[in-house]
Amino acid sequence: MRTDTADIERPASAPAFQHLGLGRRIKNHTATVLFGLAFVVAVIPLLWVLFTLVRRGLAPMLSTEWWTHSFYGLLPNDPGGGIYHALVGTLEQTLVCAVIAVPLGVTVGIFLIEYGRNSKLARTTTFMVDILSGLPSIVAGLFIYALWITTFGFDRSGFAVSLSLVLLMLPVVVRVTETMLTIVPDELREASYALGVPKWKTILKVVLPTSLSGIITGIILGLARIMGETAPLLILVGYSRAINFNLFDGPMASLPLTVYTARKTSTEAGEYRMWGAALTLVLLIMLINLLATLLSKLFSVKTR
Amino acid sequence: MAKRLDIKDLNLYYNKFHAVRDVTLQVHARSVTAFIGPSGCGKSTVLRALNRMHEVVPGSRVEGSVLLDGENVYAPGVDPVQVRRTIGMVFQRANPFPTMSIRDNVVAGLKLAGVKDKKRLEEVTERSLRGANLWEEVKDRLNKPGGGLSGGQQQRLCIARAIAVQPDVLLMDEPCSALDPISTLAIEDLIAELKKDYTIVIVTHNMQQAARVSDQTAFFNLPAVGEPGQLVEIGETGKIFSNPSQKATEDYISGRFG
Repeated sequence: MRTDTADIERPASAPAFQHLGLGRRIKNHTATVLFGLAFVVAVIPLLWVLFTLVRRGLAPMLSTEWWTHSFYGLLPNDPGGGIYHALVGTLEQTLVCAVIAVPLGVTVGIFLIEYGRNSKLARTTTFMVDILSGLPSIVAGLFIYALWITTFGFDRSGFAVSLSLVLLMLPVVVRVTETMLTIVPDELREASYALGVPKWKTILKVVLPTSLSGIITGIILGLARIMGETAPLLILVGYSRAINFNLFDGPMASLPLTVYTARKTSTEAGEYRMWGAALTLVLLIMLINLLATLLSKLFSVKTR
Repeated sequence: MAKRLDIKDLNLYYNKFHAVRDVTLQVHARSVTAFIGPSGCGKSTVLRALNRMHEVVPGSRVEGSVLLDGENVYAPGVDPVQVRRTIGMVFQRANPFPTMSIRDNVVAGLKLAGVKDKKRLEEVTERSLRGANLWEEVKDRLNKPGGGLSGGQQQRLCIARAIAVQPDVLLMDEPCSALDPISTLAIEDLIAELKKDYTIVIVTHNMQQAARVSDQTAFFNLPAVGEPGQLVEIGETGKIFSNPSQKATEDYISGRFG
């Protein structure tokens, strides 16, 4: 409907900016309240978990024995003891996992983006990585059990755990590398080629440094994620209350496994150990996330 | 230093799309050759074919030859990396390496080729930045990131980076299209300086610019939608702009195009 003439003829007395109508004000308030509520509902469980963890697990954190000793020789009712053995286990298992998964995953990511683009091999690999990223951790554990222990005949060990964690971490690293390399504009690659720099050097000296911050952050967050994986631990390694540095021999504790095992001891000491281990694990993951932020800042691209 | 380019029967494709047909032209040493023409006529594609950057795009194909002082850059066995070392390029959008300082950006080509001699890198940095008329503006902040410079400065940084490897030919793909008039003037002055030592080919949409900076001008056109772009004519810039031999050229230059 055209109202041009009517508009011109109408006196310019009506204010240009109308006041907010009642209906709109009601809608606005309702929406504000709803959004606020959603926020509260989402945050309550988070705070609750943290509060419970800190309330129950704070006591162990404050004793030096907790950080320097193991549970070795302690009976179910004995107070005290420490988490040192489980810290060693968790750190060793994830570190070895990272040593295997990171170079492998980054290389695959580089291949997919820089060399494979749309080749059949690249498409198949991406598809496989997608499937692998949906792999339940218990299945990863079962697979390594079947391969490493049943087929190859090795004993259950911390290293078997590392291998199953590799299966879980690999798709994360590949995906992160892929995403970060895709963000690097082609113009930078072309600028480098135009200077007579070979492709491999362009990738190493121009493309990777540009995306390094994101890749490192992604890898570390992936690491934090697999640190709390429990299912493969239940299958692939026995629990030990003593300190065991050897990934290849004997039972080895880790933080999630300690939480799980201590839960079965229904004494006050058991509670102490369980909540202590749980809070330690959360603190460790928090620390690693913090490290990720820090490294990301350190390696990020600067403009001044 | 500065070499001549002979382009013979150049045909360029993206997958099955025939982008440019049968281009034959000469680019003289120590002079500026401008490529003009409407968007999509293939002038940038031809430019990128001169230093084998065309083939970086997946699915692209080249037929014909490009002779650099008689040597075919498309001869079998020729390493594209070597070609690009001899024929440098400046792009439409300034693209300094974001992780590198101003100094490292300038000497990136040398450093990545393995030059470690600090004194030489220092000399090349100053010489190239002076050559790109940027030295006075950045000499006190060579260690700051190149991304912190203004658009015009970044483009001159890219020119400094391109001439730091001392190419025989310098290709420029609409180097001023993203710059304000003052930065454009700075770069045009620079082109006039550079042609004493380099053979320059510049793609531009700005016809006044082509008239100002170039010695000879090549006009490309699309005969019809969907057909490959073609070289309509090439000649001395003065002649092309005052008395072109083709009707299409005259129409384009006088703005009576399409």
